[in-house]
Amino acid sequence: MRKLPVLLALVSTLATATVVAKDVTLLNASYDPTRELYRDVDTVFAAQWKAQHGDNLTIELSNGGSGKQARSVVDGLAADVVTLALAYDIDAIADHGLLAKNWQQRLPDNASPYTSTIVFLVRKGNPKGIKDWPDLIKSGVQVITPNPKTSGGARWNFLAAWGYALKQPGGNEAKAQNFVRQLYQHVPVLDTGARGATNTFVQRGVGDVLLAWENEALLAKQELGNDAFEIVVPSVSILAEPPVAVVDKNVDKHGTRAIAEAYLKFLYSPQGQEIEAKHFYRPRSPDVAKQFAAQFPKVNTFTIKDVFGTWRQTQAKFFADGAIFDQIGPGT
Amino acid sequence: MRHRILPGFGISLGYALTYLGLIVLLPLAALVWKASGIGIEGLIHLLAAPRTLAALRLSFGSALLAALINAVIGLLVAWVLVRYRFPGRRLFDALVDLPFALPTAVAGIALTALYAPNGWLGSWLASWGIKVAYTPLGVLVAMVFVGFPFVVRTLQPVLESLDRDVEEAAESLGARRWQTFLRVILPMLAPALLTGFALALARAVGEYGSVIFIAGNIPMRSEIAPLLIVQKLEQFDYAGAAALSTAMLLFSFVLLVVITLLQRWSSRWMEKTR
Repeated sequence: MRKLPVLLALVSTLATATVVAKDVTLLNASYDPTRELYRDVDTVFAAQWKAQHGDNLTIELSNGGSGKQARSVVDGLAADVVTLALAYDIDAIADHGLLAKNWQQRLPDNASPYTSTIVFLVRKGNPKGIKDWPDLIKSGVQVITPNPKTSGGARWNFLAAWGYALKQPGGNEAKAQNFVRQLYQHVPVLDTGARGATNTFVQRGVGDVLLAWENEALLAKQELGNDAFEIVVPSVSILAEPPVAVVDKNVDKHGTRAIAEAYLKFLYSPQGQEIEAKHFYRPRSPDVAKQFAAQFPKVNTFTIKDVFGTWRQTQAKFFADGAIFDQIGPGT
Repeated sequence: MRHRILPGFGISLGYALTYLGLIVLLPLAALVWKASGIGIEGLIHLLAAPRTLAALRLSFGSALLAALINAVIGLLVAWVLVRYRFPGRRLFDALVDLPFALPTAVAGIALTALYAPNGWLGSWLASWGIKVAYTPLGVLVAMVFVGFPFVVRTLQPVLESLDRDVEEAAESLGARRWQTFLRVILPMLAPALLTGFALALARAVGEYGSVIFIAGNIPMRSEIAPLLIVQKLEQFDYAGAAALSTAMLLFSFVLLVVITLLQRWSSRWMEKTR
């Protein structure tokens, strides 16, 4: 009998707790170029969440290189969600037991709500006449791309070139390797990150063509005025799928699982997709894609899975110490 | 019992040692502990790789050269600032510290903008066929920049306290100007000069932020050792990264010990000649 008042008190606090608005903070650890995208996403989602649940939601955003962000989360950065440049980095977090190994199956489309592809940014008037991948290894052409060993984004560039060569009639591994070797011999500067490479190409005036993510290329064009540079879409490119995931250990500790999952689902909603398209990421939703058709030219893409298998295999084969990039990269 | 300024020799020594242990030795111990993951064989394999050797050679070679340049130019600048009176001297003096205050990435971007083929200095140098940005020469330029204040700041107080009587005595005893400089002034400055050299060297060896923008980062050619460490971290190879760091630390330590010995030797030599 004596337990009843305690129980009642407990129930009543629980009841009020669900009614009274809470202050909730969510931390999103993301890679570098998403700063502007998530600022917009966060504003809209926080307003929506407040309208539906009454909580005051603050979403904090941490930006950095994709690999560095993954290491920070492994080392204890209490991110509720991670939105990175490649699945390998989230795999590494999963390897340390912070989230389920099957994270990529928990959300649609390989857990990538938006995609991009690798395109060429060339100088005004395209003076070197660059139309497609083979033009990059013509004599006198200098290519700017960051180091795939330090930049997650640059790994997609490397794989796009490899996939192109592999998909040519009579293409095979040896020919692909030869093409990529020649390509990297045209690279005069290996920046450590994608923004650094863009800077070298745009501000320092080095090189004839920049291998870039489409969203970065479109952003650079928008920021720098439309006439200084042109975007060239190659015949074949890779479908870059930057993935997102809830960090299980952290949301369970913070009690933010429901809200973190809703946040990532929002990225797939029509509203979320539209914000992503406005920030030059290709939306998954066909409807939103149709709406932004003028912005995204048609391009034949292949995925990592089509050509290379999983990211773990890809990483081991190409980018680990002593692997293919070390054998054929610049300076070798 | 001699009078001591700080109370309690035991307490102050204890504080000093504990502090040193917490701030310096503990992180280093953690580093070595992480590095032990790859084993001796792994370490030898790592250090013997041509790419590691090339990067270490570039890092330590450029750092030594940069420290040497800074020692010469720094001595000159310190001399001018202490001995001569000219308008704007205080402003000039304040400017010396700028490389300390600037975030290294900003310094790197500024230097690259200056020395890139389309930059002010870069375009002029390019007409002479000299490339600085994106070559090993760029590494040297960035290292000279970040190490510059050390030599000036360690020499200034010593130069100020230098007794001019000694110079006058040398002169009146018939020494030529260069003799006075080489045999009277330089030996007195040597310990401070060596300290400045060591500090500039240590700073340059570990420099990442500014060098990375101007280096070009091409393996075997313009790739510094700290970049190799970052690459290992990027592959979640903590042990490899820690091992390479430990190796760099050991080299630096040996260099610093040699410099300290030189310093001792030079001050002892001074005592003797007095």
